[in-house]
Amino acid sequence: MPIEVKDLSHIYAKGSPFEYQALDNVNFTIEDGEFIGLIGHTGSGKSTLIQHLNGLLNPSSGTVYVNGEDIFENSKEELAKLRLKVGIVFQYPEQQLFEETVFKDVAFGPKNLGISDEEIEERVKESLEAVGLNYEEFKDKSPFELSGGQMRRVAIAGVIAMRPEVLVLDEPTAGLDPAGRDEVLKLIEDLHKKRNNTIILVTHNMDDAGKLADKLLVMDHGKIKFFDTPENVFDHVEELEQIGLAAPQVTYLMKKLKEKFPDINDKVYRIEDARDEIKRVLGESHV
Amino acid sequence: MSNKEPIIEVNNLKFKYPASEIDEETPTILDDISFKVNKGEFVGIIGHNGSGKSTLAKLLNAINIPTEGEIKVKGMDTKDDNNLWDIRQTAGMVFQNPDNQLVATIVEDDVAFGPENLGVPPEEIRERVDACLETVGMSDFKRSEPNNLSGGQKQRVAIAGILAMEPECIILDEPTAMLDPNGRKEVINTIKKLNKEKDMTILHITHYMDELIDADRIIVLDKGKILLEGKPKEIFSHVDELKEIGLDVPVMTSLAHELKESGYDLPDDLLSIEETADAICQLK
Repeated sequence: MPIEVKDLSHIYAKGSPFEYQALDNVNFTIEDGEFIGLIGHTGSGKSTLIQHLNGLLNPSSGTVYVNGEDIFENSKEELAKLRLKVGIVFQYPEQQLFEETVFKDVAFGPKNLGISDEEIEERVKESLEAVGLNYEEFKDKSPFELSGGQMRRVAIAGVIAMRPEVLVLDEPTAGLDPAGRDEVLKLIEDLHKKRNNTIILVTHNMDDAGKLADKLLVMDHGKIKFFDTPENVFDHVEELEQIGLAAPQVTYLMKKLKEKFPDINDKVYRIEDARDEIKRVLGESHV
Repeated sequence: MSNKEPIIEVNNLKFKYPASEIDEETPTILDDISFKVNKGEFVGIIGHNGSGKSTLAKLLNAINIPTEGEIKVKGMDTKDDNNLWDIRQTAGMVFQNPDNQLVATIVEDDVAFGPENLGVPPEEIRERVDACLETVGMSDFKRSEPNNLSGGQKQRVAIAGILAMEPECIILDEPTAMLDPNGRKEVINTIKKLNKEKDMTILHITHYMDELIDADRIIVLDKGKILLEGKPKEIFSHVDELKEIGLDVPVMTSLAHELKESGYDLPDDLLSIEETADAICQLK
């Protein structure tokens, strides 16, 4: 299910004193199965953009094609179907948990699809396992007695249970500690590997984005600043800083080392790659 | 800089939430914790979710009372109800969620809220509000509505509101957890500035290691106990131990650790990009 965003603009409160242009003529295409990191500082238009991807917001102009179809030309029924295909996990999704048990909470979405009880159970099982929670252990627990990281995983399971082909996650690690963050990122990575569905990960964290994404979509003031591989995006250190972002720390180190080692590859941004590259230029003789 | 006068003293602190009909047996959240924070010090507390960090913060502010042991804030026992307001004025607190702490509809009213309740004369309130907003770099926004501010700006207003009560110590409970990188930087720089320029005692609770590189001392909490205590360089050299309890170390420390494991002779305590680059260059 490729997603094509075409000339998309969105203006909030048009014609009022609070008029604000959140998206300004945005164009890009995401291919089937790609893992995209969507980056930008607060207020750059990230959240507004993702709400167009399944028709939660209507564009002021331009449109979005999902699988070649213009989603804003669709009837309400078709739009409802589309929302099943593009699942969005919003920020702090655990705040949306409301049922008495984990099972009921994850089952809420599928239940509204009118599918059979057996299939609902199967989907709940599959979704809980996908987020790394043991079905038997967790199904009867109250979601409110779980830890923050577990609650978040239950909330993500609720979206996965709808079996979306495109999964959009808006800062899924915000507020979690490093262990919780690694857990959630690992589960997103595993999901992507197993099902090869398209993932759009909205994040502030350059290191996370660089680690997981095939491509980074960098936004600034409602416009696309970069849409390229992490390697190429992180090469623009100064431009990233100008728009309130930064390159991963490793990139800064490698740029510094380049002064001394002119042939070092400074387009490296992962710790392991930096280690190998430094080993290469230092040579084994220094061990 | 820190003269050896403790502002916060924690002695053999033990804490569990009271038992109820539903939970007859409650777990021990904090177990035999002892430490001191001296005047003018910048102390960091790190630990993963559930390590007891936030419970500790609430105990320091007398929101919770120790089950065993004692906590003294500037010599005042938190168990004594009569000390409550003095303790909270001595050690002001900033919380995680920027949206939960601002009470007024205009920034300067919000900062004035604390001193107003202390009965400070109006002229002095005016002075304090202006000075505190200046300190956190928010003077230009004094007539703004808090809901139009970014997360980092809101947290700085919250800090100004605490400063206006002229505390001797500020306790920050994960003040950056919900902020973007810019907001984090703003808040961290504000905290460091308060410590360096105003000699404010800072107790900064976080799970972001790199926010504590400049701290005087770091206390690592794990499962309600103090696991490590020392200067940042000492603490961060325990890479494997920290990773084991679900924390991570600054990126540079982590990279240096990897290189060391490959056999390169690098120091254990590299934190900044500059010193790491220098150390690697010296290998050549």
